[in-house]
Amino acid sequence: MLRFVPILTLVLMIGPVSAGLIGTILPAFGILPALGRTTPSLDPWQALFAQPGLGTSIRLSFVNGLIATAISVAIVMLFCSAWQGTRIFHAMQRVLSPILSVPHATAAFGLAFLIAPSGWIVRVVAQVAGWERPPDIAIIHDPWGMALIAGLVAKEIPFLFLMTLSALPQADTDRTAQVTATLGYGRITGWFKATLPRIYPQIRLPVLAVLAYSTSVVDVAIILAPTTPAPLAVRILGWLSDPDLGLRFMASSAAVLQLLIVIAAMAVWIAGERIISALGRYWAEDGHRFKKDVALRGLAATMALVAAGAVVLGLIVLLVWSVAGFWAFPDLLPRGFSLRLWARELDAIGSSLTTTLLIGIPAVLVAVMLVLACLENEVRTGKAAGRQAMLLIYLPLLVPQISFMFGLQVFFTLLGLERTLLSVVLGHLVFVAPYVFLSLSEPFHALDPRYGQTALCLGASPARVFWQVRLPLLTRAVLTAAAVGLAVTVGQYLPTLLIGAGRFATVTTEAVALASGGDRRMIGIYGLLQMVLPFAGFALALLIPAVLFRHRRGMGAQNKG
Amino acid sequence: MRSGLRAFVSALGIATGVAATSLSGPAMADPAPDVGNWQSVLDQARGQTVYWHAWGGEPRINDYIAWAGEQVRERYGVEVVQVKLTDTADAVTRVLSEKTAGVDDGGAVDMIWINGENFAAMKRNELLFGPWAEQTPNFAYVDVEGKPTVVNDFTVPTDGLEAPWGMAQVSFYYDTAKLDNVPKSAQQLLEWLVKHPGRFTYPQPPNYMGSTFLKQILTELVADPSVLQQPADETDAQATLAPLWGYLEDLQPLLWRDGQAYPQNGASMRTLLADNEVDIAFSFSSGEVSSAIEAFELPDTVRSYVFENGTLGNTNFVAIPYNASAKAGAVVLADFLMSPEAQLRKQDPQYWGADTVLAMDKLPADMQDAFANLDLGIASLAPSERGTILPEPHPSWMSLVETEWQKRYGVVQ
Repeated sequence: MLRFVPILTLVLMIGPVSAGLIGTILPAFGILPALGRTTPSLDPWQALFAQPGLGTSIRLSFVNGLIATAISVAIVMLFCSAWQGTRIFHAMQRVLSPILSVPHATAAFGLAFLIAPSGWIVRVVAQVAGWERPPDIAIIHDPWGMALIAGLVAKEIPFLFLMTLSALPQADTDRTAQVTATLGYGRITGWFKATLPRIYPQIRLPVLAVLAYSTSVVDVAIILAPTTPAPLAVRILGWLSDPDLGLRFMASSAAVLQLLIVIAAMAVWIAGERIISALGRYWAEDGHRFKKDVALRGLAATMALVAAGAVVLGLIVLLVWSVAGFWAFPDLLPRGFSLRLWARELDAIGSSLTTTLLIGIPAVLVAVMLVLACLENEVRTGKAAGRQAMLLIYLPLLVPQISFMFGLQVFFTLLGLERTLLSVVLGHLVFVAPYVFLSLSEPFHALDPRYGQTALCLGASPARVFWQVRLPLLTRAVLTAAAVGLAVTVGQYLPTLLIGAGRFATVTTEAVALASGGDRRMIGIYGLLQMVLPFAGFALALLIPAVLFRHRRGMGAQNKG
Repeated sequence: MRSGLRAFVSALGIATGVAATSLSGPAMADPAPDVGNWQSVLDQARGQTVYWHAWGGEPRINDYIAWAGEQVRERYGVEVVQVKLTDTADAVTRVLSEKTAGVDDGGAVDMIWINGENFAAMKRNELLFGPWAEQTPNFAYVDVEGKPTVVNDFTVPTDGLEAPWGMAQVSFYYDTAKLDNVPKSAQQLLEWLVKHPGRFTYPQPPNYMGSTFLKQILTELVADPSVLQQPADETDAQATLAPLWGYLEDLQPLLWRDGQAYPQNGASMRTLLADNEVDIAFSFSSGEVSSAIEAFELPDTVRSYVFENGTLGNTNFVAIPYNASAKAGAVVLADFLMSPEAQLRKQDPQYWGADTVLAMDKLPADMQDAFANLDLGIASLAPSERGTILPEPHPSWMSLVETEWQKRYGVVQ
């Protein structure tokens, strides 16, 4: 039974992605029977390449995605190297983990309300300088997409940080740090020379997922990226929702192009990895100690703090907007406060939270069960080859959503499964399971195999070893993975809307619909609401082990991050 | 030995099984209702659930839709669920992808709030059910004579494929505390901007409001506006559009952010006015401005006005896709939406503030009084203040203007 689970899991991941891609590739080459087109042609591609500003759109997706990823990785690595094992490091750990529960769009709106020419920061300046009008400069929607990069970096740092944290214990970092320090290396240099080579392979997949996401992001880009022209993914969405149904062909070829951009960005990234690792080998051996790294350490802490601070301040602005009366520029606070909109939305809030859980809980449960079964199967069969195959589970994270979601909708309709809870849960599972796998596989592999071996020697069955030894030891990791999964399902917009035919009004679909009305108060309310469930999930992941193991200090230690 | 895991996997099966049964799949095929026989429509509608795909960006409109849903549930036993869209075209896309998959019955969309390009596209691709609209009882009250756009959607004959729901007319608004003299024509707007550079913008086409602004300018500048009533490809389109591009040549550099960035839609343009980033903005309903003041989105010194040579006006509608699952229910709902009672509440700015499609002289006396006694709100324009309503150009002009605009101004980098 158990050995079929990995195959089942892979089918559940790869099936929808492939079906969706087929549904995108066919119209990209002119085939869409509903519009009476059944002969292949290259017209959609010609139409696409005739689009004004296509090159700029591609550049914005490709270059900005790479830059955002590089900056995020650099800050996380620099911060970990500079501060690992210190009080600041643990403090940051506590700040960044909850930030992970902030959905991308919420963080982007918060950032926009903060840095826009009419935002909080400029209001402070305006108070001092006596401005009555916001400056007419493009801080957000800027031509170079710097606001977009900032928004992505602020949100990806917590994710990469958490992924790095789960990789650290396996690299035996504390003793490595002692050795490099004894040899006279500076903190940062010692870490980069001795620890990074062991950490990076562990976080490589999350990094590539971040890269794929950053090069194809839609929601953050709509809020922060330039619009003349916009990054490719945003334009695809525009073409797909154009009343001229003929544009669907061109939109499909653009979606295929988007996939190629992601692949190209990954190729560039991987080439960069090779170059850095080759150069790094010489650097590691050259013996320079770089003892004086205080300034760099300060910089690392500052950058991490700014990133975290921007998200937190952004959330505070959202909160203030959600209860604001009229709020003129350059007032620092609204002229009045009102809970009117919160009260008005109360009913809708309740039902959308329920719907979100109705989809999210089954998706997370199934994902956790599948992932645990896959990992357990790996331990029992001891097959390393299986591990390679399991990398395919990450496919949904690497293929841009917009490249296969529309095709997937048609596929579910063909099966007659569209609009059912089952299909929406399956659609979510495609994105939840990889993240659960991502957060759970490292702790699972890091678990000392001697616990299991001892139990087996004492005559316990493999099943009993799993249920009574491994699972309890992994309680905290499983709950954290489930919380990550919950955060992922809560954030899904396109899959919920497209596969659910709008029948499932979750906090995110409501938030996006109301955001189109542009009232910052509503954006504030729903932006914060989107956080509630993920936040509760992460809180429970901390609380449950603390309560369960309150009389077992050893378990507490085993279950540490 | 593996019982634990078997339990584990069967739990997984149960979890998915439960998920499958807790909500049923697509509804059964719904026979086309016989709209001529109203009682049969009511009988068929009872017990149906209408999934109404409508833009969901405005809480007040969502509330109004919820109210209408309660009314038809109580009166006719029809359930209404609003599917809140960010863009009406999403519903068009959905019907199209259902047609792609061969779902000619039991579709997901029962009714769409629609007009203009979206209607033209659905009509052209035969994605609509009907004709039905003109046979419904309340259509008798509709002002077909006085408001020709109720049966001509952006010049395209509705042919009973959609029922009129509301009237809209472009109006401009500004903060009277900050501005005394406002430009009242395309030419004056340009002259005003020369003196106040950066204090005006429009949403980026192909956004609906942005394209509307371009059409407004085009209609004012074109020598013979009647050309715009014909499909663009039947005329000398380049010559017709030349005055618009000449005008934009001068206007674009004077826009907010030098025309390098634009608000995304009408709502974000409103935000710009509230933040004192621009001085003048526009909307499709002056009632919307009153409600925005009520909602603290705009200062209470904001007022509306129209251009002296008139502004574009149109009608918005509800339509039923050819493969809807609850056609009878949708027809009943659409009929209720045209009723004097529903239209009265819709025009009341306390609830929404959108203009009625009905003819006052066709209504019973008490309803006429009720409409006459409505308090329209501080920034709303009374019918007498609205000037001339200009007809919308044929939808093909909108597509053409959007494409050309994108080429000329959509790429500034």
